[in-house]
Amino acid sequence: MSAQPTLAPTTAAKPELPPAKAVRRSFSSPLASILVVAVTALWTLPTVGLLVTSLRPKGDVASTGWWEAFVHPDLGLENYRSVLFDNSFGTSGGLMPYLVNSVAISIPATVFPLVLAAMAAYALAWVRFKGSDTLFFVIFALQIVPLQMALIPLLRLFSGGAHLGSVTVIPALNLKDTYLPVWLTHTMFALPLAIFLLHNFIAQLPRDLMEAAVVDGASHFKIFRSIVLPLSAPALASFAIFQFLWVWNDLLVALTFAGGNPTVAPMTSRLAQLSGSNGSRWELLSAGAFLSIIVPLAVFFALQRYFVRGLLAGSVKG
Amino acid sequence: MPTDTRLAGPALQLADSLWQDAAVKFGNTGAAVLGFVGVLLAVFYAAGRATGRLSRPLAIVLMLGPAIVLLLTGLVVPLLRTVVLSFLDADGAKFVGGKNYGWALTSSPIHGVLLNTLLWLVVAPLTATGLGLALALMVDRMRGQAVWKSLIFMPMAVSLVAASIVFKLVYESRGSGQSQVGLLSQLAVAVGWDDPPNWILSQPLNSFLLMAVLVWVQTGFAMVVLSAAIKAIPDEITEAARLDGATGLRLFRHVTVPMIRTTLVVVLTTIMIITLKAFDIVRTMTGGNFGTQVLANEMYSQSFEQYNYGRGSALAVILFLAVAPLVVYNIALLRKERATR
Repeated sequence: MSAQPTLAPTTAAKPELPPAKAVRRSFSSPLASILVVAVTALWTLPTVGLLVTSLRPKGDVASTGWWEAFVHPDLGLENYRSVLFDNSFGTSGGLMPYLVNSVAISIPATVFPLVLAAMAAYALAWVRFKGSDTLFFVIFALQIVPLQMALIPLLRLFSGGAHLGSVTVIPALNLKDTYLPVWLTHTMFALPLAIFLLHNFIAQLPRDLMEAAVVDGASHFKIFRSIVLPLSAPALASFAIFQFLWVWNDLLVALTFAGGNPTVAPMTSRLAQLSGSNGSRWELLSAGAFLSIIVPLAVFFALQRYFVRGLLAGSVKG
Repeated sequence: MPTDTRLAGPALQLADSLWQDAAVKFGNTGAAVLGFVGVLLAVFYAAGRATGRLSRPLAIVLMLGPAIVLLLTGLVVPLLRTVVLSFLDADGAKFVGGKNYGWALTSSPIHGVLLNTLLWLVVAPLTATGLGLALALMVDRMRGQAVWKSLIFMPMAVSLVAASIVFKLVYESRGSGQSQVGLLSQLAVAVGWDDPPNWILSQPLNSFLLMAVLVWVQTGFAMVVLSAAIKAIPDEITEAARLDGATGLRLFRHVTVPMIRTTLVVVLTTIMIITLKAFDIVRTMTGGNFGTQVLANEMYSQSFEQYNYGRGSALAVILFLAVAPLVVYNIALLRKERATR
């Protein structure tokens, strides 16, 4: 690669070679290609193994490795039926209630912060008031707080309410078997990042447009609904995808506020428990894990562009 | 409220009640979302009719108010309460001074935890970033680079719980004589190691095997970000360096790396932050046993398994103090990088 200094001037002299590719060119050799293919294979094989295992009959899974399925193919969806609907893991109803919970948690926990953050971002960017810049900075700075810092007080708040001395500020609400604590926690922790990102976008909207609307007598609420929201669609979509996947994949909030209870707990928290207690039932564990992967993978392959953008922006979240 | 409709009885009835349960849950969720949007629309409609001097303050309060209230109750107040709790005893009843911090920093079982955390913090981010950089350099010249990139990036979409289960299967171990079902054991056998160990139980190897899960997830992220940064290097700079005779590794070391240094550090610190806060992998794969415990999972165990709120809060504060400078540095770099583009 680098052992041919005499050749360098000749290659550089070629006018049609884009110079930006020079560095990458040095790294492109049959060896590099082989390495990339090898890494890709290494990166993909574990997931393939999980998928194949989930499709094999119980006896095969217990006695031979999943690669044997390519020699003696005997695949079916029986494990999925069993893990979803049977009392397979010692819970009546299998994983079905948990899958339902995952959906029921993720959608509101995406919509709530999205709408509230868009409102707040608009107010901070366009209904400016004394201290609005400071307020924006404080909200932005709250991103440094890790989720762990709020868990214990939040848990106590949801179960016992809030009191100042003997005065009850927030009464003890019986939220135990509802999604509310999980929705609220995700919403609260999404807000700093969401407001920051959406503010960046909304503040860039054309000033003329806003001023024209004000001249026409539109209220801030009207401007928000009919101008800001439609124009911010790309930013809203990026954040929505990021937040949906964040909530779908979250374990910390789920485990803390929903535990393993089938009335409210999502797939992640149940799978984490099963991995500990039923670690050897691979035909079921693999099917369960793959069920929880399907949704994010579908989102990933369908919306890859938005996905990457949202992910980069939110990489230091919560 | 989700009602408990699961009945003991024949399978058919069970399946029926499952669908019923799902219908009730989706009904509640849909109602919550519609109710939320409906209330907002109603408030907006009513407040939009207000005119004159009242309209501006009204807009500020109604649009900013909900977010502020949620941030105060969900973040700011709990943050302060956690700091207070870290100086109280297990039930949060009695002031104990710095006892919890003393325990967290000096007791002997915790030393292993802190050491592991430090090891994670160094090994996982460096490996993922280094591998991501190498891949970014190699993959861009290949035919069908989008496919390779997608496949390497894909684990990023998967939850850490699912990723851990994927790798638990890879590390699955059977006694000698039985046929192996885990990929790693099978590979070991294939290269002539007849009796591979039970990977998850072998210390200190198991900690590195757990880190591999995070590397698997984060390498694609590093690759995609660094690849974009390399493509953004101006042509003139590379051209000038090449006219000066720089090629291959020298070009890489003296031109590419300095040009993408900010991005490299951003990627590295980002993965460090994720590493510090991630408890999912350890929880799912070992539960913190076999010498694999890390700070984030110890914090969870102390708080919600031992119910020692004092110690849990002290660990949370330590985690916060470790993460905060990284986040501040990271955000400062990101802003600098955006400003120069």
